[in-house]
Order: sequence, then structure tokens, then C-alpha cells
Amino acid sequence: MTTLDMYCGHCGQEQADGSHEDCRRALMLEPPRYCAECRRRMVVQVHPMGWSARCSVHGDVSSDRR
Amino acid sequence: MSDILEVARKQVLEQGVGLCQEQLIEVLRSPDDQLADLLALAHEVRVQWCGEEVEVEGIISLKTGGCPEDCHFCSQSGQFTSPVRSVWLNIPELVEAAKETAKTGATEFCIVAAVRGPDQRLMSQVKAGIEAINAEVDINIACSLGMLTQEQVDELKALGVHRYNHNLESARSYFGDVVTTHSFEERWETCLMVKASGMELCCGGLVGMGETLEQRAELAAQLAELDPHEVPLNFLNPRPGTPFGGLEIMAGKDALRTIAAFRLAMPRTVLRYAGGRELTLGDLGTRDGLLGGINAVIVGNYLTTLGRPATADLDLLAELKMPVKELQKTL
Ligand code: SF4
Ligand SMILES: [Zn+2]
Ligand SMILES: [Zn+2]
Repeated sequence: MTTLDMYCGHCGQEQADGSHEDCRRALMLEPPRYCAECRRRMVVQVHPMGWSARCSVHGDVSSDRR
Repeated sequence: MSDILEVARKQVLEQGVGLCQEQLIEVLRSPDDQLADLLALAHEVRVQWCGEEVEVEGIISLKTGGCPEDCHFCSQSGQFTSPVRSVWLNIPELVEAAKETAKTGATEFCIVAAVRGPDQRLMSQVKAGIEAINAEVDINIACSLGMLTQEQVDELKALGVHRYNHNLESARSYFGDVVTTHSFEERWETCLMVKASGMELCCGGLVGMGETLEQRAELAAQLAELDPHEVPLNFLNPRPGTPFGGLEIMAGKDALRTIAAFRLAMPRTVLRYAGGRELTLGDLGTRDGLLGGINAVIVGNYLTTLGRPATADLDLLAELKMPVKELQKTL
């Protein structure tokens, strides 16, 4: 994830709002569920070796391009 | 060595007869200072009755989320406010996932759908998927599509599905605390139909959902009664938004005792590490379990959560000198 992320991919709250330490740990074992730019819930597909996620407004992210 | 371990050595290791529910309770209650002996015995039992090989499998979610059922551990139920959204995988992506899995040396690829049971759309997608995989990938195909009718059992069997997964989830006496939208008996019924069809039955459950030790032993005994070819053992990974989302992660030592107990209940089954082991056991515990009764792993990711890298498991198996089971070329 880039430092420009506004929202936490795990809980969907603002990054500026609290530490999200647990969220960052959780994201080591699960894909993000919320778009980092708009906090919409993304459509996420987990694959055996990775994952891909789509925000209806901001497009695709994946484990290759995180 | 304690009484129960001595009994288990004679009964399970030497004679191949699994422990009963009462005996399993004793195993699950055994103290921490006997854990190493317990795991060592369970490992001996595994090697004696199953051999040295470890079976490797990959899984994929064909249809994620939006399930009408209310299994309280599941982030894919449409009844909870889980952040998991509904999505279908397309056939090219399914084939790609099978290829990725086969590359790890896995012999099993399980296609999973979050449904109560399959409808026509799902059955035709599964059929198309199996045909596409068979055309390009050399791997056994398993399915997990919920509760089945006899016609669907026959159809899957005719499609060449090698193994069917349908878990009991929890002990009969705790089932109502975990699921209210269907019954333990309905699950049991599907398992019996699968077995009778000649497909291999894969049937396991989850532990760490607030059940008692006695109920954990009960689940193992009920699984032993079904006598599945494979038992996947999941440790609850509490998912946000689900009724079990606030539960504590199970203690590693309890998880290891459960692994050993399941092995002592079912000396000949393929006992697979399924979800939750990364959280409950970590790297060290994963190794202890492989030396404590486990003889199968899911490599790579799960359905909605991620596993540790496939290479970490494969390297560990190599280090432990446990050969990966190879694909049997059947007639
Ligand atoms: S039936 Fe399966 S997908 Fe549906 S809620 Fe239960 S465990 Fe989840
Ligand atoms: Zn967060
Ligand atoms: Zn967005």
C-alpha cells in the first residue's frame, strides 16, 4: 500500500484515525476489503497464490500491485 | 507415560483401533508436560497407518459470499455484516488457479462455493470448470458445494469428481450454537450419500468456537463414525462481523492436543491442516502438528483469507524429510 492511502483496507476507517496496528497485522493474512481511496467495499477474489480486488470507482488492485 | 498414552500405544499404534469419545476426552485433558509424548505417539500412529507421505492440496472459491446460511464462524454468510462481497470466478481464472496449485506439486484441487447447496447455474459452472481443468491440468479435482441431492451426487460422480468436501463443522451437541439454518442431520445425510457414491468423502470441522473439550472429543468420535477418507481440521479465525468474530484465538497447545486426539481417533485418515493454523500455531506450531499427527496441508491461500507462502510449507516438508504424495495415475 502507498502512503497516500486515505482509508484502512482492513477496517475501512480513516488512516489518520487511530493507529491501525492490528489492521496492518491482519492484512498479512487477509486481503484488503475496503478501497484505500474511497473506503467502498471492494469485490475481492482470493487465488491460491494471491488476490485481486476491485473498487467500482477506483479500479483494480492485487497482491502483485499493492 | 500416563495411562491414556499407554492405552493408545497398544490400541491405536499396535492394533489400529481408534480411541473412543471417553478416551479422547482424557487425551484432550492431558497436561502440558505430556504434550511432547502425546504428539510423538500421534506421529508414530500416522506413520504406522498412513505412511510418511504428506498430501498437498490447493483450494479456490468459485462463488464467494452471499450464502443464505448462518454458520456463525463464516464471513461468507449473507446474514452478517461481514465486509466480504459476493463474486463469481470465471473459468479461465479457475484453470489458472488449478495450474498454480499443480505447480506446487499438489495432487488435489478443491473447487468451493458458498452456497446451501448447488443450483443449476452452479452445477453447469462446475461442469464447465472441470472440463476446462481436465483439458489443461493433471490434478485430482475435489468439490465443496454444500448439501447435495442424490441426483447431484450422481452428477458429480459422473463428472469425475474425485473427492467431495462437506464438514460436520462441530459436534452434534454444539451444532445448534453454530448453525440455525440447517441441521447436523442434513449434513450427515449428504456425507453418507457421498460415501455411498464411491467418491472419497472429505469431512472435518472447526475447533475453537466455544465448544467444550468434551464436545471436541465428540466431534472427533462422530467423524470417526463417518470414517471419511480425509478430515480437514480448522481452527477458528474469528472473522469481523460474524457472531464468532469476538472469540479468542485458540491456544496453540490446545490446538496441538486436538490434532493428536483426532489422529488417535482416526489412525488411517488423511488429517489435513485447513484454515486458522497460521494464527493459532504459527510457524513453530505448524511444524509440531506435522510431527504430531497431521499428514496433509492446504498450500497457499484459503477462500477469503491468506495462508503462509506455499514455499514455506514445501520447504518445511523437505526439511522434515516428508515426501509429498504424488498423483496416482488411475485407470
Ligand atoms: S454454508 Fe458454507 S458458505 Fe454458507 S455460511 Fe455456512 S460455512 Fe459459510
Ligand atoms: Zn484499520
Ligand atoms: Zn475506491
